[in-house]
Amino acid sequence: MRPTSARLLNILVPVKRAVDYAVKIRVNPQQTGVDLNVKHSMNPFDEIAVEEAVQLRKRLKDAVQSIKVVTIGPPKASETLRTALAMGADSAIHIEIPEADPAPEPLGVARALAKLIEREKVDLVIMGKQAIDDDAGQTGQMLAGLLDWPQATFASKLDVDPEAKSATVLREVDGGSEEIKCRLPLVVTTDLRLNEPHYATLPNIMKAKKKPLEKLTPADLSVDLTPRLETIKVTEPPARIGGGKVANVDELVAKLKEAGFTAA
Amino acid sequence: MRGVRLVDDGHWDLLLFARLHRLAQSSICRVTRDSLLNPGLMWLLRRAYTSVAPKHVQYFQTILPPHAVLSSLPPHNTPSEDLTPFNTDWMQKYRGQASTVLKPKTTQQVSDIVRYCSEHTIPIVPQGGNTGLVGGSIPLRDELVVSLANMNSVRSFDPVSGILVADAGCILQSLTDYVAPYNHIMPIDLGAKGSCHIGGNVATNAGGLRLLRYGSLHGSVLGLEVVLPDGTILDQLTSLRKDNTGYDLKQLFIGAEGTLGIITAVSILTPPSPQASNNVILALPHFDNVLPLYRTVKRQLSEILSAFEFIDRTAYELAVKHGQGRGLSEDEIAGAECFVLVETSGGRREHDEEKLTDLLGDLLEAEKPLINTGVLSQNPAQFSSLWALREGVTEAVSKEGKAYKYDISIPLASFKEVVDTTREHLRSKGLLGEHAVKHVLGYGHVGDGNLHLNVCAAEYTQEIQDALEPFVYELVASYRGSVSAEHGIGSMKTHALHYSKNDTSIAWMKKIKTLFDPKGIMNPGKVLE
Repeated sequence: MRPTSARLLNILVPVKRAVDYAVKIRVNPQQTGVDLNVKHSMNPFDEIAVEEAVQLRKRLKDAVQSIKVVTIGPPKASETLRTALAMGADSAIHIEIPEADPAPEPLGVARALAKLIEREKVDLVIMGKQAIDDDAGQTGQMLAGLLDWPQATFASKLDVDPEAKSATVLREVDGGSEEIKCRLPLVVTTDLRLNEPHYATLPNIMKAKKKPLEKLTPADLSVDLTPRLETIKVTEPPARIGGGKVANVDELVAKLKEAGFTAA
Repeated sequence: MRGVRLVDDGHWDLLLFARLHRLAQSSICRVTRDSLLNPGLMWLLRRAYTSVAPKHVQYFQTILPPHAVLSSLPPHNTPSEDLTPFNTDWMQKYRGQASTVLKPKTTQQVSDIVRYCSEHTIPIVPQGGNTGLVGGSIPLRDELVVSLANMNSVRSFDPVSGILVADAGCILQSLTDYVAPYNHIMPIDLGAKGSCHIGGNVATNAGGLRLLRYGSLHGSVLGLEVVLPDGTILDQLTSLRKDNTGYDLKQLFIGAEGTLGIITAVSILTPPSPQASNNVILALPHFDNVLPLYRTVKRQLSEILSAFEFIDRTAYELAVKHGQGRGLSEDEIAGAECFVLVETSGGRREHDEEKLTDLLGDLLEAEKPLINTGVLSQNPAQFSSLWALREGVTEAVSKEGKAYKYDISIPLASFKEVVDTTREHLRSKGLLGEHAVKHVLGYGHVGDGNLHLNVCAAEYTQEIQDALEPFVYELVASYRGSVSAEHGIGSMKTHALHYSKNDTSIAWMKKIKTLFDPKGIMNPGKVLE
């Protein structure tokens, strides 16, 4: 007998292709942004989000009906989706934008995701709390606002009860953690402590190649991703001036006096 | 004298006899039976060397600035703990009693020091990053340590030819960083890259992780500047790819471990950096699959294959235990007897990835799969993490206990046999267990036929030492292997040299040594007995 769909969980994980965190970033000569001709990979917070969805399935077994990943980005962002599929997601949606287009902003992304959620049946959105390229940290909150769903941000532990349609979330807050209980559908944003993603294994990487990847355009969802903010100038922080060594205390005191520091 | 009866049977020379007594009475060296059996020490004792004295230090002060002279002798009185790093190797296996360390900044200063030492017969130990594994950079007694650490400037780099000329004391990693913006890499890479010096790398002919791809330093080093044992500066710092003009003298210093002179600068060919690198760790059910896997991988990856490294289960578990890299999940390693790390480096990512995924697909779908499973790095962080599992084994072994390290070249097919035979040998001697030898493990460069056989013990003891040597060397000799593939001879293996070099070879090595260094002051007791 088929279980009733009301008890099954459909998870959506939005992911972003970002400059890899191990890459040393450089401002481009035009000072309009950073040099993007470097190694990219999945935003680490999103990787945690995918891992959490996969681990939820390990814990809840068949109660998780689907894990769908979605990205908005240039053609190469498909690779990021393949990585997510190799980690254990079932299917992927790529909202493709031309290579030359500017990166969409949080509000545009949240709107596109809201439109997509109207189309798909989603009970739980798990997404990174921020992307390490623009560090905006807004999309999850905006999405919850647009959908009028509860939100549990900066999650460091997530327990879902599909029967009761609720989730218990431990949140990272100033000076400790906070436990909250939310009703589904729900938007959860992930913090670093939530889990430690596994390597993608070869059999899963091979399987990922055969998993469905649907391509959409912003027009298909009738959303406008044109940025509303204008970047005026991007500059590197001033270079740090190296320190010096002194041979003894007297020299140190002399240097301090020279620099105008005296005992009060 | 403890446990030693010195009998003047006519075989002792008088000088040695007197010296032994003086040494035994002073705190310089406690002569025990064991140290008498140490051939390196015997060799030292047999010769009339001068210990560094205050008057010598006074002279060194006239040629070097104050901060470049460290000496526990008056009037300097440097605290001995400041000299400890120069007297101890990083494994804490070898200890010297040098009273004086000099840190010259220029080749001329090195030359002045060596000339003076030659005139006064003061033995010298040239020292780089002191990351060696065979006690080659540690004084056997109270030799003068000449550290190249302050000679750390890049002299020139030509981004067109990729030829780098650098002072001997440049740290390998800093050279890698130096050439990186010009899209070049160093042809050599090893676990100690953050501390080892390029001069030391050349002096020991270090192998490392890129040898499979870029060959040995005998090929990539184009020129050297060397201070000879009499203080003469031998300038062979050419940057020519081709130079067939007579004997290639620089080759003699590559791997001479500082016994023929002090390398002060290196001219080296750096290859263009690969535009894309990938790595994968494969879990194998049996060691027997390593060889067929290597053949398959070589055939399918061809020019993009840049490393094929072997780690046995024990080595893997030690690396994970000591936090050297994030391990694979339990179900992935279940039933794995050993692991192989494959790295590709090439010019175009899409091309490389296609080749690699084709290979991995074939491996998984084969009728009789050679591998259980594996993981493919998805980003630079995972790439480093997978490498750390292999590179971190050395450090993990040191954290786990005291390591007896054997770096041997043997036929690929016998890697496991050698590890197992050694383990069984130790078991039969009752030395296997928490009280003595905790682990016997193997890892290494399959591509180069180079196995690192490590015996990890609770403490260094004579009993374990006796059980291992000459057992391991005889085992290696039985395969016609090399007792030192890439670590060198140092002071650890001088007595084992004959297992890999015949008498004629050793006789000619000795002739060459005497020719360059008739007084025997250059790194005495190393390489040759």
